[in-house]
Amino acid sequence: VENILAQAKKVAEEAEVFLVSSEETTAQFEANRLKHIQSKQNTSLALRIIKGGRLGYASTTELGDTQNLINNAVETAQFGMRVKFELPSPAPYPQIDIFDPAVESTPIEKMDKLGQGLIAIVTGHTPDILCEAMVTKGIISFRIINSRGGQASYRKSIFSLGIIGSLIRGTDMLFVGESQSSCHPLTQPREVAEVVLKQLELAKNQASVPTRQLPVIFTPRGVASALVPSLMMAFNGKTVLQGASAIGQKLGKQVFDPKLWLWDDPTIAYRPHSRPCDDEGIPSQRTPLIEKGKVASFFYDLQTAALAGTRSTGNGSRNHGLPAPAPSTFVIAPGKITLDEMVSDIKEGLIIEQLMGAEQGNILGGDFSGNVLLGYKVESGKIVGRVKDTMVSGNVYQVLKEVIAIGSEPEWVGGFLQTPPLYCPRLSVASK
Amino acid sequence: MPDIEAVGRQLAQAVKGYSADYIEARLEQSQRSHLTYRGRELESVGQSTAIGGNVRALVKGGWGFVSFNELSDLPRRIELAVKQARLVGKEESKLAPVEPIVDAVASEKDSPLVIPLAEKKQLLDEYNDIIWRTPKLQTSIIAYGDSHKKVIFLSSSGSYIHQQRTDITLRLSAVAAEDGEVQQVGLSLGSRGDFSSIRGLHQQVEEMAKHAVELLSAPQVKGGEYTVVLDPVLAGVFAHEAFGHLSESDFVYENDRLREIMVLGRKFGSTELNIVDSAAMPGLRGSYKYDDEGVPATKTYLIQEGELVGRLHSRETAAKMGEKPTGNARAINYHYPPIVRMTNTYIEPGSASFDEIIADIKEGVYAKNWFGGTTSMEMFTFSAGEAYMIRNGKVAEPLRPVVLTGNVFTTLSNIDAIGNDLEMNQGGGCGKGGQVPLPVSNGSPHIRIRRCLVGGK
Repeated sequence: VENILAQAKKVAEEAEVFLVSSEETTAQFEANRLKHIQSKQNTSLALRIIKGGRLGYASTTELGDTQNLINNAVETAQFGMRVKFELPSPAPYPQIDIFDPAVESTPIEKMDKLGQGLIAIVTGHTPDILCEAMVTKGIISFRIINSRGGQASYRKSIFSLGIIGSLIRGTDMLFVGESQSSCHPLTQPREVAEVVLKQLELAKNQASVPTRQLPVIFTPRGVASALVPSLMMAFNGKTVLQGASAIGQKLGKQVFDPKLWLWDDPTIAYRPHSRPCDDEGIPSQRTPLIEKGKVASFFYDLQTAALAGTRSTGNGSRNHGLPAPAPSTFVIAPGKITLDEMVSDIKEGLIIEQLMGAEQGNILGGDFSGNVLLGYKVESGKIVGRVKDTMVSGNVYQVLKEVIAIGSEPEWVGGFLQTPPLYCPRLSVASK
Repeated sequence: MPDIEAVGRQLAQAVKGYSADYIEARLEQSQRSHLTYRGRELESVGQSTAIGGNVRALVKGGWGFVSFNELSDLPRRIELAVKQARLVGKEESKLAPVEPIVDAVASEKDSPLVIPLAEKKQLLDEYNDIIWRTPKLQTSIIAYGDSHKKVIFLSSSGSYIHQQRTDITLRLSAVAAEDGEVQQVGLSLGSRGDFSSIRGLHQQVEEMAKHAVELLSAPQVKGGEYTVVLDPVLAGVFAHEAFGHLSESDFVYENDRLREIMVLGRKFGSTELNIVDSAAMPGLRGSYKYDDEGVPATKTYLIQEGELVGRLHSRETAAKMGEKPTGNARAINYHYPPIVRMTNTYIEPGSASFDEIIADIKEGVYAKNWFGGTTSMEMFTFSAGEAYMIRNGKVAEPLRPVVLTGNVFTTLSNIDAIGNDLEMNQGGGCGKGGQVPLPVSNGSPHIRIRRCLVGGK
């Protein structure tokens, strides 16, 4: 890595070498039993150079192929964007615990047992359900060095446990599921199973909703599938810089309900999306995005921040390419009302647990529309059953402008979001 | 770069020396380039090379899979895959028999990577200029990518297949904004490596940009059931989401209840409805000669005259269902094992003209162009990039983009008109099991669906 940096410096003003390698093992269960074990080893090396004030970029999986890598980067630098930022100098990084050696030493037999245990709990509750489950352990090694002396490295462990159950009766299909992840090994299947058992209980009966506006509770998984994609786009500094964010001009303004708080936080110990620095070597920080319903800030990488006249928030992320702003972990602050209290407040309404297709609309404008893949009808303060063949449509900015209550029970969803349930006064519902 | 041919020849010998029911390996070498615009300026340009491989072993019905991009110490990788498979296997291995094949398939087109970056950039600059000339336009997003890939497949039963393929994708979006309103329209294209297929789009790009501005003042449809007419692009996505995924037999083969529902001969639509998946059609993004299990590509009727007549198989699903393999096991790259996937999926043309299809619709929705789609088997959603009201047999005012939803057991039988104008769309990428975007194509003529649920205010 040092050698590549030294050679790249001979042909460019500045250079940065980024190396990530990972080892991952997955036990995959199909039709209620272990079906596959997979191991994946992956190494990726990326070179960024600044030449003639422009950015060049190349990547490879071949650590020995230095000359080709440098040539590719030099060729692209002819057309690359004009660089407005400086690569970071040496900096202190926060101490963030994201590595537990117990993950690496977890034997495959134990992962098999964990998956079996999870499936046994679910099939114990509903014998005719068919489950797919995944138990994964992984280690990521990260290293970055640049020609201004900046350098960072860390190791991260990740362990995840997930299940999807399908229950088919006639032509009626019900899908339930949950997954959890951590930098520690997960050892108790019960926690994941409880979520699935609750879904199965609530979906036992069917119910129908009318085609009109109804009050809605988004569960944590509902928040993730319906509302979060738009917010992640809207607070992205790049969307803002391009003038394509619906809240780009609203910094400091009241856009959301005053009860709403949202931040991006890559510093929480032992969370899979935590890290001491971003993919450009900028120290991690907690970035407030919504404070008391006001737009508090946006998240940035180096180049976007420089163009916008601000500083990187340490959100430079590489997804097989150049760094771009991306959220790490979104956290919505809990409120004071339990889910049960929300339900008992509703005369006729809908609970959304999983919305399908919400990301397919005009998410830049905040619109979302989707099929309620898993959702429940509320009548006179009680959950009466599962709804089907039902669509909801709304706009994130309208929905979150007035929130009746924010739940007191936050949950982790998909490793990237911690949120309580949200209770909103109205949403358009269309049903067959 | 190491020579994957030399590694392949070694591996072909090595995989025969282990006690497993079956072992296969894939080696892959690829080159890619990409150019991305966000706004006026070229934002990202890069070139990458990758090399890697995997070994998959089957023992007593259990699979072990090991992927890597360090090509040293391959015997250890094979041993690990066999060891894993042995740990899993407690049943009987079943694979549909295929003849061992030794073949080399060259790519149909020269690699688009030999075209200088400057030439690619110039074309994209022209398109971007067109977008930016449109008044009220806020910004543009253009993403171009191309790749050339060599894959060697080899197995313990003696197959050794070398295939090359090239691929091009281009996605353009125009974003219009006014008074806090943001609207966007996109155009997705793809090709089996033929760069000329993305030239000459100037007029389409101009229409796209103008349409984004037009949407700022367009109303949102009122939610509810409508008679909906889909254009060939969106009807192709509909075929893919509404039925294609349900015909992938890895969902079905170990699920007795689903096997009862998906029994061959079941009626799903009118006698005019025919749905096909065919990797054997040449020159499309879902085309190939052999799949990633070394099985020759076929043309498979999924629905013929409204009845379920076939489904897509891997060697394992075919054996376990007692059906013939169809050559539909695909892996997006060497990090993944092959799973059952679609290729080129389409609704066969009928006899109606577009005018006949809309003639007797009093109030309906004409949905065009593709934005996205997803399915949960029974229920599916797909979204249009453009939509218009249909009033008294005529296409009327534009609408905000719509999301449509359906239920496979009712929506297919609500198709009551099929046009005569089949078109294949190459801009799609399919996701399943974390493997996304897999190159596929979808197609259809215009179709009309009665009582389709549309989301709205």
